[in-house]
Parts: sequence; C-alpha cells; structure tokens
Amino acid sequence: MQTVAIGTEIREFVVTNFLFGKGDDLSDDESLLDNGVIDSTGVLELVSYLQERFDIHIEDDEIIPANLDSIHNLVDYVGRKTSNLR
Amino acid sequence: MCGICGVLNFDSSPADAGLLTEMVSTIRHRGPDEYGIYTDANLGLGHARLSIIDLSGGHQPMQSTNGNLVITFNGEIFNYIELRQELQQRGHRFATASDTEVILHLYQEEGEQCVHRFNGQWAFAIWDRNRQKLFLSRDRIGIRPLFYTQTPRGFLFASEIKALLADSQVSAELDLHALDQIFTFWTTIPPRTAFKNVAQLPPGCSLVVDQNGLRVKRYWSLAFPPEGGQFAGHEEELANNLRDLLLDATKIRLRSDVPVGAYLSGGIDSTVTTALAASIVGDRLRSFSISFDDSEYDETRFQQEASTFLHTDHSSFVCTPAEIAEAIPQIIWHCEQPILRTAPAPMFLLSRLVRDSGFKVVLTGEGADEVLGGYDIFKEAKIRRFWAKNLSSHLRPLLLKRLYPYMDGVQRQSLAYLRHFFRVSETDLASPYFSHLPRWELTARLKLLFSDNVRHQLGNYSAFDDLAQTLPADFSSWCSFNQAEFLETTGLLPGYILSSQGDRMAMAHSVEGRFPFLDHRVVDFASRLSPNLKMKALAEKYLLKCACSRDVPRAILKRTKQPYRAPEGKCFFSRGAPEYVDKLLSPHSIQRNGIFDPRAVGILADKFKSGRPVSTKDNMALIGVLSTQLLLHQFTRSSWRSFDLCKQWQSEPKFANSW
Repeated sequence: MQTVAIGTEIREFVVTNFLFGKGDDLSDDESLLDNGVIDSTGVLELVSYLQERFDIHIEDDEIIPANLDSIHNLVDYVGRKTSNLR
Repeated sequence: MCGICGVLNFDSSPADAGLLTEMVSTIRHRGPDEYGIYTDANLGLGHARLSIIDLSGGHQPMQSTNGNLVITFNGEIFNYIELRQELQQRGHRFATASDTEVILHLYQEEGEQCVHRFNGQWAFAIWDRNRQKLFLSRDRIGIRPLFYTQTPRGFLFASEIKALLADSQVSAELDLHALDQIFTFWTTIPPRTAFKNVAQLPPGCSLVVDQNGLRVKRYWSLAFPPEGGQFAGHEEELANNLRDLLLDATKIRLRSDVPVGAYLSGGIDSTVTTALAASIVGDRLRSFSISFDDSEYDETRFQQEASTFLHTDHSSFVCTPAEIAEAIPQIIWHCEQPILRTAPAPMFLLSRLVRDSGFKVVLTGEGADEVLGGYDIFKEAKIRRFWAKNLSSHLRPLLLKRLYPYMDGVQRQSLAYLRHFFRVSETDLASPYFSHLPRWELTARLKLLFSDNVRHQLGNYSAFDDLAQTLPADFSSWCSFNQAEFLETTGLLPGYILSSQGDRMAMAHSVEGRFPFLDHRVVDFASRLSPNLKMKALAEKYLLKCACSRDVPRAILKRTKQPYRAPEGKCFFSRGAPEYVDKLLSPHSIQRNGIFDPRAVGILADKFKSGRPVSTKDNMALIGVLSTQLLLHQFTRSSWRSFDLCKQWQSEPKFANSW
C-alpha cells in the first residue's frame, strides 16, 4: 500500500472518529495530544483500528506518542510495521 | 417541599391571578396536595404544596397575623422548633405549627439577616407590605432552586423556569454562552441558566426587589482557612465531633409529619445517613435503591448488605437501558438544561418508586463526596501533583492506573500518554483549575459539534475566564485540595448533582430529598479540617470512615469506591429505541435548530450505530446533542405544545405525538 494512500485512510479515521468530521485544519504534523484531538479511550480505538486495518500487531510498549501522535508519525509507524511483515 | 412563584409589576398594574394560576399549574408536580394564590395590588404570590409539616395548618401563601408580611416558601427549615421556642420567649405568638410561620416571625424580628439563623434547604419570597419590598432567598448550598426574570412590566420568580414561561412576555431562547459553559463544566455559572433573560439566584444569596430595582446580596460562601490553618491531629476527637454533628443533622432532618424513607445506594454515604436515621427512629426504616442488569453499574450486592445490616425494609427496581432512553424527554422537561450524562434518568425512576410506595420524603447521602473528600477527582489531582514532583518516576503514574481499574483507556496507556491525559506539566500545575483540567478540557472538545454559526457567535468566548471572575479573593491562599473541593462544591454540586440529578428528579414525582451531609454545620466543620483528615494519603473520606466505622457493615467500609453511573449513549440505539432519537438527530432537525453541525452529528450517530467502541467523549457528545435538541423542542415558543399538555393537573407532559 502506498504511503499516500495510508495517510489518506488514517486521516479519514482520525477526523471521523475523534473530530466528528471537522478536521480541515488538522495538518499532518500536528500533535493529536497537544490539540486534544485524542483522549485516553481514543488511543485504544486508534490502536485497534490500526491492528485490524493494516493487519499488524501493536505491542503495549509501542503505544507511545513517538509512534502515534500525528498523522505523519502514524504513517511512518504503519509503514515500518508493514515493511517488517514483508 | 413545594413549588413557588410570584410576580411584582413595576408599572403598578394589578397582579394577574390567572397568570399566577397558570404559573403554579406548570410546577404542580412539586406540590400536588393543594395550591394557593395571593394577590395584593401589583404583587402576586403562588404556591403548590407538598404537605409535610403541619398538614392541616401550613397553607400557603401565608400571611403574618397583622397581614404586613406574606410568604411563599419551598423547602424546610429543620431547626424551626428551636427557633420557634426562642421567638416565643421573645413574645411571638404562633397560629400554626409550621416552619413557614417561623420564617415570617424571624424576618419580622431580624429582617434580611434572618437567613443566617436557618438550618435548612429553602427558596422563599416574602412580600414586605410596609416597605413595598419583595425579599427572596435561597439556601447556602443551592439545594432548592429559584429562578427569576424581568419583563417590560415587572419581575417574575419561580421554582422552575417553565413557570416563568407561562407569561407570554417571557420567551425561552437558548443562551449560547450557557451552552458553552455546560459543554465545559457540565453546568452553567450562576446566575446564568440555559436561557437568555432567565437568571437563577445563586446559592447562598438573597435578592431584594423594590422600586429601586434588583439587588443580589451574598450572605454565605464556602470558605477555607489558609494553608496551615486547619484542624489537624486529635483524630479520635474530631471523628467524634463529626459523628455528633451528622447525628444531629440527621435527627433534625427526620422532623416531618409524614414518614421519612432513605435512599440506599450501596456506598458509604447513604449507608451512614440510613444507619444514623435507623438509630434515631428505632423502627424499621424504609429504604430504596436502583439496580442495573449490567454488572458494570450495578451495586445490588452492597445495597442488600447495607439493608440486612441496618434491618431496613428495602425496595429496589431494575433500571434498563430502554427505560433510560424512554425517560430522557421527561428528564429534560424537568431539569430544563442540557445534560451530558444519563445518570438523572434512574434517579427519576427511583423517585417514582418512592412515591408509589407512599413516601414523600427521603434522606440521601449527597454532599459527602464533596465536603469530606470522597471524589476520585480529588484523589486524581493528588496523584498528579505527586507525579509532577518526580516526572521521571515510573511508579507514581501507576497510582492513576490503580485509581481507575474499570477504565481500559487508562489501564493500557504508556506513561507518555498518561502524562498528557492527566495534564502533568508545569503550566497545568500553576492553573487554579488544575484538579479539573482533564475533565473540563475533555468536555470542552464537545464544542467541535457546534455549528459554524454558533462558533462564530461565541467568537473567543472563554468559560474559564468567566469562572475566574467568580472565584473568591483568597482562593489562591487555599491548598490545592481545598481549591478542588471549592470548584466541585460550588459548581457541579448545585448545578448538576442537586438539580438535574437531585431536586428536579425527585420533585418530578413529588418527593423531597434531605441531605444530612449538607447541613451547614457539617459543611463548615469539614471546611476547617485538614485535607489529610479527609483524604489520608489516598484513603478517601478518611475521617468519615473513622467516625462511622461502627455504623456501617465492614464490606461497605472497605469496598472500592464506585462512582454512580448509568448506561450511556448505547441506550439510544438498541432495538426498539424510541422514535424521537432518530428524529432529533436527523439533519433536518439539527439544521432547523441551528445549534449543531448536521454532518458532525451524523458522524457521531453513525459511530454509535456501527457498534464500534465509543469513548467517554462520544457518550457525552451524544447525550449533549440529544438533550439540547429536546430542550429546544420543548421550551422554545414555536413548540410550546408540551406546556399546554402540562397545564393539566397532575399530568406528565406527553411528548410522543408532538415532534
């Protein structure tokens, strides 16, 4: 799957699930935490979505902002995880 | 308990008895036993009575013997017997055995200062004919409601907003700033209400209305000593003092000419009030509780444990998600503001059980968590501060995980995330709202649902700034624990717990709640306690547990605190959900009311319908939208049909056909 396509899908998920569709202002580098986009349950929703959609397994110690805290980080992370699978 | 209302026309036109009758009619549920109207030229008072004390003599509105004073009163003055004796010694003669008459006599004697002498829960208005002055007062904590408004003609007041709307000159228009506050704090900041031009008298305040206009005067406020100035040490003695106070607070709350029952939730607070009442009454006490078929919310085991231990004659009912969804329109009709949780619904159904069992009065345990250090939010703030002192600690944040064993979102979180969610940074530590930041900032995210128009109208409005204006001058000198208690006791307690979940839900079925923990002597005593006695390390309500260790079963004393919660958003999407849900969430309905963004609401509803996991924020968002839509539907002038239906004596408004 192309990085661009992954980015589009993840953005769609984040905007729909956490911003009630109101995500026009959200840039790819913006912190989902600092802007209150994501709450504690949201992180688990995000993890569950990533696991199902991209068929990856996420360890608890990978649930950290460095991996999940912006669209950009998420795309990188999913890219790394899926390339590991190949 | 009762419903009160009144008018004072500034243009000297006579008070309209027909209007007063309509006003009383809208709040008849608060007092179905009898009603009364009094008019005197441009002044009119109305009263719907729930007869509890002096059943045959306490009719209202009540006049003083010389006719110079007239009162309409909702509530109870629990120390009326002592005050009456004192007044008799001073030469006062009483025509009735009611507490209402005591207020009149004490006002005669001490004027506006009389309120300092009352131990109780009240909202009343006294017409002082000689001075042509209307004097209104509300109890210290805000147990009883009191709303008012002004029209070009004059001043109107009532126990509920709907009574004010009986006057065609008063319209119900949603106050967007109030909505912003509710979608942040879960309540408005008094005197604001959900509606423009309708104010509430803040707790602890009196109001004088005369030819010079309106003057609000604060006669009491919750205060704490500066850091270091609290009671400390002598635990045993302080525990004994607390128990003595609670026992007396309970004893005077059993004063009634009708039987008094008790709510028994399974937690320590209501077990204490029930135990103390049982020790005073001697007979088997009647107790009532809610149970849920979902074990996540159910506390039946502890309720039974308490009931068996205290030998009460216990009744409970199983509250289902379907009943909650069904009841919400009536809930909103009664609580008159948007809500973010369904928790009022079971309380509404519980008061129906009480009423159907032949009871009008119940003791309840509310207030203990606020004044004696019980809430998780206090514990959470303490842990957050503790963590902030050593941010690199890997052990300290684990306390947060221990605090919320039932929250998956907390259990599976890395430290980096926890630190963000629980706002552990230097900037946050400096905030006067530190304790409440995680809750309020999460709630404020719901404002994303507002329509562009509403967002535009609100501009840069900050509810936090508004709240800052109301903080006492010495707030910053209090320790952080007391600051948190203040925010909770003056905010959520009167604005939601005692109103949407309290007075309104009980009075919907003509039931009066009485709150021993909110006796002002208990509140004052508790405010002087060292926070370490309220929450010792992380042991909540420490002194209360010491004080009442022999009154409650060990299992309840030792149990992990379970916050009272009810099934949330999913109630509205199960099979057979009521028709109003889809209609009110439809793009057409959302667009017509203009408050929310139809697409955003659609996405939210789809998330629930899809069966995917939903968050606390999603639940609050859904109930916030639904309740606001219901409020607009029921209260704005264009759909005033529910009001017409409610005019019928003793009938609940019927909504099913009026969408």
